Amino acid sequence: MNTRLSTRLSNWFGYASPATFYPLAGKMIPWFWALAAVFGILGLYISFFVAPTDAQQGEGYRIIFIHVPASWMSMFIYLVMAFWAALGLGFNTRLSGMMATSLAPTGALMAFLSLWTGALWGKPMWGTWWVWDARLTSELILFFLYIGFIALQSAIDDPRRADKAGAVLALVGVVNIPIIYFSVKWWNTLHQGASVSLTRSPSMAQTMLLGMLLMALAFWMYAIAVSLTRVRAIILERERHAGWVEELSEVQS
Amino acid sequence: MNWGSASEFFAMGGHAFYVWGSFGACALLMLVEPILAKKRRSQALIELKREIRANQDSQDETTS
Repeated sequence: MNTRLSTRLSNWFGYASPATFYPLAGKMIPWFWALAAVFGILGLYISFFVAPTDAQQGEGYRIIFIHVPASWMSMFIYLVMAFWAALGLGFNTRLSGMMATSLAPTGALMAFLSLWTGALWGKPMWGTWWVWDARLTSELILFFLYIGFIALQSAIDDPRRADKAGAVLALVGVVNIPIIYFSVKWWNTLHQGASVSLTRSPSMAQTMLLGMLLMALAFWMYAIAVSLTRVRAIILERERHAGWVEELSEVQS
Repeated sequence: MNWGSASEFFAMGGHAFYVWGSFGACALLMLVEPILAKKRRSQALIELKREIRANQDSQDETTS
């Protein structure tokens, strides 16, 4: 029993070794691109051709099909990044820090898209690009947290120390995620409340919801594919003195 | 189907600037980011090969 558990554990930790994970990630990337493309095409089709015109907002509401997925992913990626950072801090596993580093630019991209599409949606509907309300401000702070994480890590030469410093920043910043999520409940904001909630039925047409969920899946698969691509580059950069790297076929050729 | 013609589709009921500004920025960034990530990996590979070659050269010099 004990030996079985320990082999299972060591197998599990085996994937945490960059030497095992590098080729595994390489095999998974094309599949995540394929899934992102399938979900994206279906999602865009529903967004533009199936979902009906909104009674109040006309066609302008179609921004929702990228605004909401980008906002969800900006928060979700932060949680995943903080999870890897914490794991690296706690267990000193090399790969965890690389995963956190790899996720930050994609998270920043999602946060930027959330703010950008929000501004382009706010202008025609609220008459303003920006207001300093709780939802918008906390999302802006999230964007700055990503930028701060990237800047802090790139300012420290030793990658292990950069991982640790970044991890502390990422973990402190986690407090911002529930603030973003509940901001529309806690404060009186110009931003509308949640359109999708776990506790009550969604306040939108079924086709709109379906389009949004498909786009969210597409964004999710995109985020996995691009961050795995980046983590492979980071592994090569950091492990360049390890024997297994020199034996890779792409290095030999 | 929501649109009578292609021009109606691109007009987005008068919200063309906002809708296409959003989807366009999204498409552009999601095209650029993977290219940069792939470039970073090929750059790392180039540097790796250069380093290995330099090591081999210095080894050859010491043995000869």
